[in-house]
Amino acid sequence: MIKIEDLHKNFKDLHVLKGINEEFHKGEVVVIIGPSGSGKSTLLRCLNRLEEPCDGKIFFKNSNITDKGSNINEHRKHMGMVFQHFNLFPHLTVLENITLAPIKVKNIPTEKAKIIAIELLETVGLKDKAFVYPSKLSGGQKQRVAIARALAMSPEVMLFDEPTSALDPEMVGEVLEVMKKLAKEGMTMIVVTHEMGFAKEMGDRLLFMDEGKIVEEGIPGDVFNDPKHSRTKDFLSKVLRA
Amino acid sequence: MDFSFLSRYYPMYITGTLNTLALAFFTLLLGVVFGVLLALMRLSKNPFLKGIASSYIEFIRGTPLLVQLYIVYYGLPQVTGMRFPSFFAGIIALTINSSAYIAEIIRAGILSVDAGQMEAVRSLGMSHSLSMRYIIIPQAFKNILPALGNEFIVVIKESAIVSIIGIYDIMYSGNIIRGNTFRPFEPLIIVAIIYFIITFTLSNLMGIAERRMRLSD
Repeated sequence: MIKIEDLHKNFKDLHVLKGINEEFHKGEVVVIIGPSGSGKSTLLRCLNRLEEPCDGKIFFKNSNITDKGSNINEHRKHMGMVFQHFNLFPHLTVLENITLAPIKVKNIPTEKAKIIAIELLETVGLKDKAFVYPSKLSGGQKQRVAIARALAMSPEVMLFDEPTSALDPEMVGEVLEVMKKLAKEGMTMIVVTHEMGFAKEMGDRLLFMDEGKIVEEGIPGDVFNDPKHSRTKDFLSKVLRA
Repeated sequence: MDFSFLSRYYPMYITGTLNTLALAFFTLLLGVVFGVLLALMRLSKNPFLKGIASSYIEFIRGTPLLVQLYIVYYGLPQVTGMRFPSFFAGIIALTINSSAYIAEIIRAGILSVDAGQMEAVRSLGMSHSLSMRYIIIPQAFKNILPALGNEFIVVIKESAIVSIIGIYDIMYSGNIIRGNTFRPFEPLIIVAIIYFIITFTLSNLMGIAERRMRLSD
Protein backbone atom coordinates (compact mmCIF):
# COMPACT_ATOMS: atom_id res chain seq x y z
CA MET A 1 0.00 0.00 0.00
CA ILE A 2 2.86 2.37 0.88
CA LYS A 3 6.32 1.93 -0.54
CA ILE A 4 9.33 4.06 0.40
CA GLU A 5 12.45 4.19 -1.74
CA ASP A 6 15.70 5.68 -0.48
CA LEU A 7 14.05 8.42 1.60
CA HIS A 8 16.24 11.20 2.92
CA LYS A 9 15.38 14.18 5.10
CA ASN A 10 17.60 16.97 6.37
CA PHE A 11 16.79 19.77 8.75
CA LYS A 12 19.51 22.22 7.74
CA ASP A 13 22.73 20.38 8.67
CA LEU A 14 20.98 17.65 10.58
CA HIS A 15 20.58 14.46 8.56
CA VAL A 16 17.46 12.94 10.13
CA LEU A 17 16.58 10.20 7.65
CA LYS A 18 19.47 8.52 5.90
CA GLY A 19 18.00 6.38 3.18
CA ILE A 20 14.85 4.53 4.24
CA ASN A 21 13.53 1.65 2.14
CA GLU A 22 10.36 0.06 3.39
CA GLU A 23 7.00 -1.25 2.38
CA PHE A 24 3.74 -1.25 4.31
CA HIS A 25 1.02 -3.67 3.29
CA LYS A 26 -2.73 -3.50 3.48
CA GLY A 27 -4.16 -4.65 6.80
CA GLU A 28 -0.79 -4.60 8.50
CA VAL A 29 -0.10 -3.08 11.91
CA VAL A 30 3.49 -1.85 11.89
CA VAL A 31 5.01 -0.45 15.05
CA ILE A 32 8.05 1.81 14.84
CA ILE A 33 10.22 2.14 17.92
CA GLY A 34 13.57 3.72 18.62
CA PRO A 35 15.32 6.28 20.78
CA SER A 36 14.23 9.90 20.55
CA GLY A 37 15.90 11.68 17.66
CA SER A 38 16.13 8.45 15.68
CA GLY A 39 13.83 9.86 12.98
CA LYS A 40 10.76 7.73 13.56
CA SER A 41 8.31 10.64 13.80
CA THR A 42 9.94 12.34 10.83
CA LEU A 43 9.53 9.16 8.79
CA LEU A 44 5.84 9.01 9.69
CA ARG A 45 5.33 12.69 8.86
CA CYS A 46 7.01 12.25 5.49
CA LEU A 47 4.37 9.67 4.56
CA ASN A 48 1.67 12.34 4.30
CA ARG A 49 4.20 15.04 3.51
CA LEU A 50 3.73 17.10 6.65
CA GLU A 51 7.50 17.01 6.26
CA GLU A 52 8.79 17.41 2.73
CA PRO A 53 11.27 14.64 1.92
CA CYS A 54 14.59 15.93 0.57
CA ASP A 55 15.28 12.92 -1.57
CA GLY A 56 13.73 9.59 -2.45
CA LYS A 57 10.26 8.44 -3.42
CA ILE A 58 7.10 7.50 -1.60
CA PHE A 59 4.39 5.56 -3.38
CA PHE A 60 0.86 5.39 -2.02
CA LYS A 61 -1.27 2.83 -3.83
CA ASN A 62 1.21 2.90 -6.71
CA SER A 63 1.15 6.65 -7.26
CA ASN A 64 4.23 8.66 -6.46
CA ILE A 65 3.14 11.21 -3.86
CA THR A 66 6.56 12.86 -3.75
CA ASP A 67 6.13 13.82 -7.38
CA LYS A 68 5.77 17.59 -7.88
CA GLY A 69 2.58 17.22 -9.90
CA SER A 70 0.81 15.00 -7.38
CA ASN A 71 -2.05 16.48 -5.39
CA ILE A 72 -1.18 15.74 -1.78
CA ASN A 73 -4.61 16.82 -0.50
CA GLU A 74 -6.15 14.03 -2.56
CA HIS A 75 -3.85 11.43 -0.94
CA ARG A 76 -4.25 12.83 2.56
CA LYS A 77 -7.98 12.14 2.37
CA HIS A 78 -7.07 8.46 2.48
CA MET A 79 -4.44 8.71 5.23
CA GLY A 80 -5.61 9.51 8.73
CA MET A 81 -3.19 10.91 11.25
CA VAL A 82 -3.24 11.05 15.04
CA PHE A 83 -0.82 13.39 16.80
CA GLN A 84 0.97 13.31 20.12
CA HIS A 85 -0.71 16.53 21.23
CA PHE A 86 -4.16 15.65 19.80
CA ASN A 87 -4.49 18.97 17.95
CA LEU A 88 -8.25 19.12 18.26
CA PHE A 89 -9.77 22.37 17.01
CA PRO A 90 -10.54 24.24 20.24
CA HIS A 91 -13.12 26.61 18.74
CA LEU A 92 -15.29 23.77 17.44
CA THR A 93 -17.37 21.24 19.36
CA VAL A 94 -16.39 17.58 19.34
CA LEU A 95 -19.01 16.88 16.69
CA GLU A 96 -17.84 19.79 14.51
CA ASN A 97 -14.24 18.63 14.88
CA ILE A 98 -15.24 15.32 13.35
CA THR A 99 -17.62 16.54 10.64
CA LEU A 100 -15.56 19.45 9.31
CA ALA A 101 -13.36 17.60 6.84
CA PRO A 102 -16.02 15.15 5.57
CA ILE A 103 -18.31 18.11 4.82
CA LYS A 104 -15.71 20.45 3.33
CA VAL A 105 -13.48 17.95 1.56
CA LYS A 106 -15.68 14.98 0.69
CA ASN A 107 -18.85 17.05 0.25
CA ILE A 108 -20.86 14.72 2.44
CA PRO A 109 -24.22 16.33 3.39
CA THR A 110 -24.12 17.79 6.90
CA GLU A 111 -26.83 15.51 8.29
CA LYS A 112 -25.14 12.39 7.01
CA ALA A 113 -21.76 13.54 8.31
CA LYS A 114 -23.30 14.04 11.75
CA ILE A 115 -24.74 10.54 11.77
CA ILE A 116 -21.34 9.10 10.83
CA ALA A 117 -19.68 11.21 13.51
CA ILE A 118 -22.07 10.02 16.22
CA GLU A 119 -21.44 6.40 15.20
CA LEU A 120 -17.70 6.98 15.42
CA LEU A 121 -18.06 8.64 18.81
CA GLU A 122 -19.94 5.56 19.93
CA THR A 123 -17.09 3.28 18.86
CA VAL A 124 -14.59 5.37 20.82
CA GLY A 125 -17.01 5.52 23.77
CA LEU A 126 -17.70 9.25 23.76
CA LYS A 127 -21.17 9.60 22.33
CA ASP A 128 -22.26 11.81 25.22
CA LYS A 129 -19.50 14.33 24.50
CA ALA A 130 -20.67 15.27 20.99
CA PHE A 131 -21.68 18.82 21.88
CA VAL A 132 -18.95 19.85 24.29
CA TYR A 133 -15.80 21.76 23.44
CA PRO A 134 -12.42 20.00 23.55
CA SER A 135 -11.30 22.03 26.58
CA LYS A 136 -13.84 20.12 28.66
CA LEU A 137 -12.26 16.74 27.82
CA SER A 138 -9.46 14.83 29.53
CA GLY A 139 -6.32 13.97 27.54
CA GLY A 140 -7.48 10.43 26.87
CA GLN A 141 -10.87 11.64 25.70
CA LYS A 142 -9.24 14.22 23.43
CA GLN A 143 -7.10 11.58 21.81
CA ARG A 144 -10.09 9.31 21.26
CA VAL A 145 -11.93 12.19 19.59
CA ALA A 146 -8.84 12.81 17.46
CA ILE A 147 -8.94 9.17 16.34
CA ALA A 148 -12.64 9.50 15.51
CA ARG A 149 -11.89 12.69 13.55
CA ALA A 150 -9.31 10.90 11.44
CA LEU A 151 -11.60 7.90 10.93
CA ALA A 152 -14.43 10.13 9.71
CA MET A 153 -12.64 10.47 6.38
CA SER A 154 -12.72 6.65 6.07
CA PRO A 155 -8.96 6.46 5.55
CA GLU A 156 -7.24 3.39 4.18
CA VAL A 157 -4.29 3.78 6.52
CA MET A 158 -3.91 5.40 9.93
CA LEU A 159 -0.68 7.03 11.04
CA PHE A 160 -0.16 7.34 14.79
CA ASP A 161 2.58 9.69 15.98
CA GLU A 162 3.26 8.79 19.63
CA PRO A 163 -0.47 8.86 20.44
CA THR A 164 -0.07 8.11 24.15
CA SER A 165 3.13 10.02 24.97
CA ALA A 166 1.39 13.17 26.17
CA LEU A 167 -1.14 11.32 28.32
CA ASP A 168 -1.28 10.78 32.05
CA PRO A 169 -0.52 7.11 32.75
CA GLU A 170 -4.07 6.25 33.75
CA MET A 171 -5.40 7.40 30.38
CA VAL A 172 -3.03 5.45 28.18
CA GLY A 173 -5.16 2.33 28.44
CA GLU A 174 -8.38 3.81 27.03
CA VAL A 175 -6.56 5.10 23.93
CA LEU A 176 -4.75 1.81 23.39
CA GLU A 177 -8.09 -0.01 23.66
CA VAL A 178 -9.48 2.04 20.78
CA MET A 179 -6.35 1.37 18.74
CA LYS A 180 -6.61 -2.36 19.41
CA LYS A 181 -10.22 -2.33 18.29
CA LEU A 182 -9.16 -0.66 15.04
CA ALA A 183 -6.38 -3.15 14.48
CA LYS A 184 -8.77 -6.05 14.99
CA GLU A 185 -11.11 -4.55 12.41
CA GLY A 186 -8.30 -4.86 9.89
CA MET A 187 -7.22 -1.22 9.65
CA THR A 188 -3.78 -0.65 8.18
CA MET A 189 -1.84 1.11 10.92
CA ILE A 190 1.62 2.58 11.25
CA VAL A 191 2.30 3.42 14.86
CA VAL A 192 5.24 5.31 16.32
CA THR A 193 5.15 4.56 20.03
CA HIS A 194 6.96 3.76 23.24
CA GLU A 195 4.23 1.33 24.29
CA MET A 196 6.08 -1.94 24.06
CA GLY A 197 3.05 -3.84 25.34
CA PHE A 198 0.97 -2.63 22.42
CA ALA A 199 3.79 -3.44 20.00
CA LYS A 200 4.03 -6.98 21.29
CA GLU A 201 0.32 -7.63 21.40
CA MET A 202 -0.94 -5.95 18.23
CA GLY A 203 2.05 -5.43 15.97
CA ASP A 204 2.38 -7.61 12.90
CA ARG A 205 5.79 -6.16 12.36
CA LEU A 206 8.22 -4.09 14.39
CA LEU A 207 10.74 -1.61 13.00
CA PHE A 208 13.58 -0.44 15.16
CA MET A 209 15.09 2.85 14.05
CA ASP A 210 18.29 4.51 15.14
CA GLU A 211 20.20 7.48 13.75
CA GLY A 212 17.98 7.87 10.72
CA LYS A 213 18.00 4.26 9.60
CA ILE A 214 15.89 1.18 10.08
CA VAL A 215 18.33 -0.96 12.00
CA GLU A 216 16.24 -4.03 12.54
CA GLU A 217 12.79 -5.35 11.76
CA GLY A 218 10.76 -8.44 12.40
CA ILE A 219 7.84 -9.95 14.26
CA PRO A 220 7.62 -8.02 17.56
CA GLY A 221 7.92 -11.10 19.77
CA ASP A 222 11.05 -12.26 17.97
CA VAL A 223 12.72 -8.87 18.12
CA PHE A 224 11.92 -8.44 21.81
CA ASN A 225 13.13 -11.91 22.77
CA ASP A 226 16.11 -12.13 20.50
CA PRO A 227 17.30 -8.80 19.08
CA LYS A 228 19.93 -9.29 16.37
CA HIS A 229 21.55 -5.89 16.43
CA SER A 230 23.57 -4.56 19.36
CA ARG A 231 21.80 -1.21 19.26
CA THR A 232 18.39 -2.88 19.38
CA LYS A 233 19.59 -4.93 22.36
CA ASP A 234 20.86 -1.81 24.05
CA PHE A 235 17.61 0.11 23.48
CA LEU A 236 15.34 -2.74 24.52
CA SER A 237 17.33 -3.41 27.67
CA LYS A 238 16.72 0.19 28.65
CA VAL A 239 12.99 0.39 27.91
CA LEU A 240 12.04 -3.10 29.06
CA ARG A 241 13.86 -2.82 32.37
CA ALA A 242 10.98 -0.98 33.99
CA MET B 1 -19.41 77.62 32.36
CA ASP B 2 -22.25 78.16 30.02
CA PHE B 3 -23.76 75.36 27.99
CA SER B 4 -26.78 77.31 26.80
CA PHE B 5 -25.32 77.27 23.26
CA LEU B 6 -26.36 73.62 23.06
CA SER B 7 -30.06 74.37 22.61
CA ARG B 8 -29.20 76.20 19.41
CA TYR B 9 -26.25 74.23 18.11
CA TYR B 10 -26.99 70.62 19.10
CA PRO B 11 -28.05 69.59 15.56
CA MET B 12 -24.49 70.28 14.41
CA TYR B 13 -23.16 67.82 16.95
CA ILE B 14 -25.63 65.21 15.77
CA THR B 15 -24.57 65.65 12.14
CA GLY B 16 -20.94 65.51 13.20
CA THR B 17 -21.48 62.37 15.26
CA LEU B 18 -23.28 60.60 12.44
CA ASN B 19 -20.48 61.50 10.03
CA THR B 20 -17.78 60.32 12.43
CA LEU B 21 -19.62 57.05 12.92
CA ALA B 22 -20.03 56.55 9.16
CA LEU B 23 -16.38 57.40 8.58
CA ALA B 24 -15.22 54.98 11.29
CA PHE B 25 -17.55 52.23 10.11
CA PHE B 26 -16.30 52.25 6.52
CA THR B 27 -12.70 52.67 7.60
CA LEU B 28 -12.83 49.72 9.98
CA LEU B 29 -14.67 47.53 7.49
CA LEU B 30 -12.19 48.25 4.71
CA GLY B 31 -9.30 48.27 7.17
CA VAL B 32 -10.07 44.72 8.29
CA VAL B 33 -10.52 43.48 4.70
CA PHE B 34 -7.23 44.98 3.52
CA GLY B 35 -5.59 44.13 6.84
CA VAL B 36 -6.37 40.41 6.40
CA LEU B 37 -5.14 40.60 2.82
CA LEU B 38 -1.89 42.33 3.79
CA ALA B 39 -1.33 39.92 6.68
CA LEU B 40 -1.77 36.91 4.39
CA MET B 41 0.56 38.50 1.83
CA ARG B 42 3.20 39.14 4.47
CA LEU B 43 2.94 35.55 5.69
CA SER B 44 2.99 34.04 2.20
CA LYS B 45 5.96 32.17 0.81
CA ASN B 46 5.97 34.29 -2.33
CA PRO B 47 8.83 36.80 -1.85
CA PHE B 48 7.17 39.32 -4.18
CA LEU B 49 3.87 39.46 -2.26
CA LYS B 50 5.76 39.40 1.01
CA GLY B 51 7.98 42.29 -0.08
CA ILE B 52 5.09 44.46 -1.17
CA ALA B 53 3.15 43.90 2.05
CA SER B 54 6.17 44.41 4.29
CA SER B 55 7.23 47.65 2.60
CA TYR B 56 3.70 48.99 2.64
CA ILE B 57 3.21 48.22 6.32
CA GLU B 58 6.57 49.67 7.34
CA PHE B 59 6.13 52.82 5.24
CA ILE B 60 2.61 53.56 6.44
CA ARG B 61 3.47 52.95 10.06
CA GLY B 62 6.49 55.17 9.74
CA THR B 63 4.77 58.25 8.33
CA PRO B 64 2.25 60.62 9.96
CA LEU B 65 -1.44 60.16 9.27
CA LEU B 66 -1.71 63.88 8.58
CA VAL B 67 0.83 63.60 5.76
CA GLN B 68 -0.99 60.57 4.33
CA LEU B 69 -4.29 62.49 4.46
CA TYR B 70 -2.76 65.48 2.65
CA ILE B 71 -1.20 63.27 0.00
CA VAL B 72 -4.57 61.63 -0.68
CA TYR B 73 -6.59 64.85 -0.58
CA TYR B 74 -4.22 67.43 -2.08
CA GLY B 75 -1.57 65.29 -3.78
CA LEU B 76 -3.52 62.65 -5.65
CA PRO B 77 -5.79 65.04 -7.62
CA GLN B 78 -2.66 66.59 -9.15
CA VAL B 79 -1.34 63.20 -10.28
CA THR B 80 -4.61 61.50 -11.26
CA GLY B 81 -6.42 64.59 -12.48
CA MET B 82 -9.53 63.78 -10.46
CA ARG B 83 -10.58 65.14 -7.13
CA PHE B 84 -12.25 62.92 -4.54
CA PRO B 85 -14.98 64.37 -2.36
CA SER B 86 -13.40 65.09 1.02
CA PHE B 87 -15.45 62.42 2.82
CA PHE B 88 -14.21 59.83 0.35
CA ALA B 89 -10.62 61.04 0.67
CA GLY B 90 -10.96 60.79 4.45
CA ILE B 91 -12.06 57.16 4.27
CA ILE B 92 -9.23 56.34 1.85
CA ALA B 93 -6.56 57.95 3.99
CA LEU B 94 -7.82 56.41 7.24
CA THR B 95 -8.12 52.99 5.59
CA ILE B 96 -4.61 53.19 4.15
CA ASN B 97 -3.37 54.00 7.61
CA SER B 98 -5.38 51.59 9.75
CA SER B 99 -5.01 48.61 7.39
CA ALA B 100 -1.25 48.63 8.05
CA TYR B 101 -1.79 48.44 11.80
CA ILE B 102 -4.62 45.92 11.53
CA ALA B 103 -2.44 43.75 9.24
CA GLU B 104 0.23 43.53 11.91
CA ILE B 105 -2.33 42.66 14.57
CA ILE B 106 -3.79 39.92 12.36
CA ARG B 107 -0.37 38.58 11.40
CA ALA B 108 0.56 38.26 15.07
CA GLY B 109 -2.78 36.54 15.68
CA ILE B 110 -2.25 34.00 12.92
CA LEU B 111 1.26 33.24 14.18
CA SER B 112 -0.10 32.77 17.70
CA VAL B 113 -2.18 29.78 16.58
CA ASP B 114 -0.37 26.54 17.46
CA ALA B 115 1.39 24.98 14.46
CA GLY B 116 -0.25 21.65 15.28
CA GLN B 117 -3.61 23.10 14.24
CA MET B 118 -2.47 23.60 10.66
CA GLU B 119 -0.88 20.15 10.59
CA ALA B 120 -4.03 18.51 11.91
CA VAL B 121 -6.35 20.16 9.42
CA ARG B 122 -3.98 19.62 6.48
CA SER B 123 -3.62 15.95 7.47
CA LEU B 124 -7.37 15.61 6.86
CA GLY B 125 -6.89 16.61 3.23
CA MET B 126 -8.10 20.19 3.50
CA SER B 127 -6.38 22.77 1.31
CA HIS B 128 -4.31 25.61 2.71
CA SER B 129 -7.02 28.20 2.04
CA LEU B 130 -9.83 26.08 3.54
CA SER B 131 -7.62 25.47 6.58
CA MET B 132 -6.98 29.17 7.01
CA ARG B 133 -10.65 29.96 6.67
CA TYR B 134 -12.15 27.38 9.01
CA ILE B 135 -9.39 26.70 11.52
CA ILE B 136 -6.61 29.29 11.65
CA ILE B 137 -8.35 32.64 11.11
CA PRO B 138 -11.25 31.99 13.53
CA GLN B 139 -8.76 31.12 16.27
CA ALA B 140 -6.53 34.05 15.34
CA PHE B 141 -9.50 36.42 15.60
CA LYS B 142 -10.29 35.23 19.07
CA ASN B 143 -6.70 35.85 20.14
CA ILE B 144 -6.53 39.34 18.65
CA LEU B 145 -9.93 40.65 19.63
CA PRO B 146 -8.57 42.86 22.45
CA ALA B 147 -5.85 44.32 20.21
CA LEU B 148 -8.33 44.80 17.38
CA GLY B 149 -10.79 46.57 19.69
CA ASN B 150 -8.00 48.86 20.75
CA GLU B 151 -7.19 49.68 17.12
CA PHE B 152 -10.88 50.41 16.44
CA ILE B 153 -10.84 52.95 19.28
CA VAL B 154 -7.64 54.49 17.95
CA VAL B 155 -9.22 54.88 14.51
CA ILE B 156 -12.29 56.63 15.93
CA LYS B 157 -10.13 59.07 17.87
CA GLU B 158 -7.62 59.67 15.09
CA SER B 159 -10.43 60.28 12.62
CA ALA B 160 -10.79 63.73 14.21
CA ILE B 161 -7.89 64.79 12.03
CA VAL B 162 -10.03 64.68 8.87
CA SER B 163 -11.87 67.80 10.05
CA ILE B 164 -8.84 69.62 8.65
CA ILE B 165 -9.88 68.84 5.06
CA GLY B 166 -13.43 69.98 5.81
CA ILE B 167 -15.18 66.74 6.66
CA TYR B 168 -18.13 67.53 8.88
CA ASP B 169 -17.29 65.24 11.78
CA ILE B 170 -17.58 65.75 15.54
CA MET B 171 -14.39 67.79 15.69
CA TYR B 172 -15.49 69.94 12.78
CA SER B 173 -18.84 70.72 14.39
CA GLY B 174 -17.06 71.65 17.61
CA ASN B 175 -14.81 74.02 15.67
CA ILE B 176 -17.73 75.74 13.97
CA ILE B 177 -19.58 76.20 17.24
CA ARG B 178 -16.42 77.51 18.89
CA GLY B 179 -16.07 80.10 16.16
CA ASN B 180 -19.70 81.14 16.30
CA THR B 181 -19.99 81.45 20.07
CA PHE B 182 -16.52 82.87 20.76
CA ARG B 183 -16.34 80.42 23.65
CA PRO B 184 -13.84 77.64 22.95
CA PHE B 185 -13.99 75.69 26.21
CA GLU B 186 -17.54 74.37 26.47
CA PRO B 187 -17.99 73.30 22.81
CA LEU B 188 -14.70 71.37 22.93
CA ILE B 189 -15.67 69.69 26.20
CA ILE B 190 -18.83 68.47 24.48
CA VAL B 191 -16.69 67.17 21.58
CA ALA B 192 -14.52 65.24 24.02
CA ILE B 193 -17.56 63.81 25.79
CA ILE B 194 -19.09 62.58 22.53
CA TYR B 195 -15.85 60.85 21.50
CA PHE B 196 -15.63 59.29 24.93
CA ILE B 197 -19.20 57.98 24.83
CA ILE B 198 -18.51 56.33 21.47
CA THR B 199 -15.19 54.75 22.45
CA PHE B 200 -16.41 53.67 25.88
CA THR B 201 -19.46 51.99 24.35
CA LEU B 202 -17.26 50.27 21.79
CA SER B 203 -14.82 48.98 24.37
CA ASN B 204 -17.71 47.55 26.39
CA LEU B 205 -19.12 45.87 23.27
CA MET B 206 -15.71 44.36 22.55
CA GLY B 207 -15.58 43.09 26.12
CA ILE B 208 -18.92 41.31 25.63
CA ALA B 209 -17.72 39.82 22.33
CA GLU B 210 -14.55 38.57 24.01
CA ARG B 211 -16.46 36.86 26.78
CA ARG B 212 -18.76 35.22 24.22
CA MET B 213 -15.84 33.87 22.24
CA ARG B 214 -14.19 32.54 25.35
CA LEU B 215 -17.12 30.14 25.79
CA SER B 216 -15.14 27.30 24.22
CA ASP B 217 -12.20 27.71 26.61
